[in-house]
Amino acid sequence: MGHKAKVTLIDERGLRHDGRRFDELRPISMQIGVLANASGSALVEYGRTKVLAAVYGPREPSQKFMVLPDRAILRVRYHMAPFSTSERKNPAPSRREIELSKVIREALEDIVLSSEYPRTVIDIFIEVLQADGGTRVAGVTAASLALADAGVPMKGLVAGVAVGKVGGVLLLDVDEIEDSMGEADMPVAGAPDLGLVTLFQLNGVLSEDEVERGFSMAWNAIEKIVAMEKEVLRKKFEAAGEEV
Amino acid sequence: MVKTIHGTIVVPGERLDSRVEGKHPYTLEVGGAKIATVVGLLSRRDDKHVFINIKGVYVPEVGHVVIGLIESIGVTSWHVDINAPYQAILSAQDFLGRPFNPAVDDLARYLRPGDYIKARVTLFDKTRNPVLSVQGEGLGRIVNGLVVDISPSKIARVIGKRRSMANMIEEKTGCTLFPAVNGRVHIECPNRELEMIAVMALKVIEAEAHTVGLTERVARFIEERVGRGV
Amino acid sequence: MSVTPFKLPVVPHIRRQAYISLYEKGLRADGRGIHEPRSIDVKTGVLEKAEGSAHVSLGSTQVLVGVKIEVAQPFRDAPDQGVLVVHAENVPLASPIFEPGPPDENAIELARVVDRSLREVKAVDLESLVIRVGEKVWNLWIDIYVLDHDGNLFDASMLATMAALATTKIPDYEETEVGEILVRREGASKPLKINHKVVTVTIAKIADFLIVDPTFEEEVIADYRLVLSFDENLRIVGAQKTGEGGMKVEELKEAIRIGKNTALTYFKILNQKLAQGV
Repeated sequence: MGHKAKVTLIDERGLRHDGRRFDELRPISMQIGVLANASGSALVEYGRTKVLAAVYGPREPSQKFMVLPDRAILRVRYHMAPFSTSERKNPAPSRREIELSKVIREALEDIVLSSEYPRTVIDIFIEVLQADGGTRVAGVTAASLALADAGVPMKGLVAGVAVGKVGGVLLLDVDEIEDSMGEADMPVAGAPDLGLVTLFQLNGVLSEDEVERGFSMAWNAIEKIVAMEKEVLRKKFEAAGEEV
Repeated sequence: MVKTIHGTIVVPGERLDSRVEGKHPYTLEVGGAKIATVVGLLSRRDDKHVFINIKGVYVPEVGHVVIGLIESIGVTSWHVDINAPYQAILSAQDFLGRPFNPAVDDLARYLRPGDYIKARVTLFDKTRNPVLSVQGEGLGRIVNGLVVDISPSKIARVIGKRRSMANMIEEKTGCTLFPAVNGRVHIECPNRELEMIAVMALKVIEAEAHTVGLTERVARFIEERVGRGV
Repeated sequence: MSVTPFKLPVVPHIRRQAYISLYEKGLRADGRGIHEPRSIDVKTGVLEKAEGSAHVSLGSTQVLVGVKIEVAQPFRDAPDQGVLVVHAENVPLASPIFEPGPPDENAIELARVVDRSLREVKAVDLESLVIRVGEKVWNLWIDIYVLDHDGNLFDASMLATMAALATTKIPDYEETEVGEILVRREGASKPLKINHKVVTVTIAKIADFLIVDPTFEEEVIADYRLVLSFDENLRIVGAQKTGEGGMKVEELKEAIRIGKNTALTYFKILNQKLAQGV
């Protein structure tokens, strides 16, 4: 298979292999309305991770029984494109994609005003086009923007970021190399305007202090990312005004 | 062409002053504070502060006159797409104005999938699908002209204050316009060229819905094209 | 098992009539000529993890193609050739009519038509993909990802596939003492050898008219579509009639004529974009 080049994850100056400090995010870019058919869509990049999200609905489901009488059902599909990873990924959904679809759905359930649209389905499709770490949290961010673009009412915008422990050091927004060589990975997502954490996972071992410090670093970053989402949404509709 | 805002863009989760007027569910009380739940515009109208959604989902209300598209035929009714999360129903009885007689009446003969109708929403609550009626003046199957899809939140702009925009388009193109609240506009024009111009004008409005001076710009847009024959 | 589609979207009659009256004037709804394709944009090298990639916009239709290269065993009956696999996904985010799930008959048809168009004319030089005859060859995975469906997925996919292949770089590798192949993906620079470029042209029959590059709605109302594959010498290297309606005998000749003209347009654009460089 491949041979991994020796990468210095943190150098003498405390800088990461890509020059970042331990608490620095990768460059993040966001675009909304990138697809014509979807009700709402967004393309989000965290460094080299590239995720596309699209929303359809609220609409009646194709299978009549797939409804709840008092609210909309959310259907979330997190999926990685075959060309998104170094080795080609089989397009059939893996167990990991199935689990991540669930945690992402649960990250959005409390945020979307689903009670407004009983007996309907709101579809959120997330496709990872390029994977370099943090795909599920970038997916949550993209889904939040796509929902806003679709005009689905939400209590607040949501964003996510992953904190990793690499070589004993807590690092913000770990990329693939850092994650693969790290001791722990902690993805977090939530709505800062509501003070709600909606996605929280830990893979690996962290002390209680590390969990608290890592979480704090993540939450701080999430506030920044949501502020970016707001700016992108505002800019897009800046041309909107009211004729006096 | 300078486009300026008369108000502020508000995004989901942002707080609004409690006195701001806004429509549910686009504004919401969460934890004692009023917030916006979709992207919208906060502006002053007379002495009030009003929040109007730019993005949103069309939800029918009783009394709305909508343009529907027949999707399929049921046993005693037609299923109609009204650009809402819910499919609507038009009963044969309502269309015929008398009870439906299966021995004589063939629903497909009156309305088929692909037909457009103008209808009024007579019943809707979220526990059941909207019910339509074509009993009323101007309602029924659309025979001539074209129906254009526009984002429902932009329809108000297509109509304009005191119908100023729609009237202007009608004057300059010779077409008649019926903008329906569910995001569809029925236009009937003297010929296909004028029809194309009217359609393009509607697309301009959709793209620039809340900019200043839109009515004049659209008027000019139409004049240029009518002058040189598209 | 293939079943008659029973949940097709409804195209309003009024709109269908409007399309046809425009065809009578030699026009389409967006103002282009009846045999004119929509505006096309091609971008290559858009996926960093793929050895080749391209994104094509054809009007509102968007297709992304990624080429991944892996070491594999050759087929027993072709020990001196690399392996080419084409896979297509109608990604659910591309259209309200795409449901999540394994590729349906439409996605499979799309992949197989693109595959045949490349294979029969030997567009990709498979012999140049041998590492050790009979044992190790390069396997080319071509993944067609439909991102936005406004009709004519065949032409957009074929253009994206061709652009991706034309800019694909084969990775370097080293062989260990025990004969294992270690692939180094960074810094791949050896271009994939292409013998022929191929495009497909989709022609749809609506009422009495043959139109080129149908939109989604035009595909719904069409009697059938004819997808013709051409190489750069305008040889016909594949064909597929798709859709339930019957084709009149004389329509085939007319379609080929129209197809050749459009193929020239597609090749011109493809070559322009490739010349502009990655």
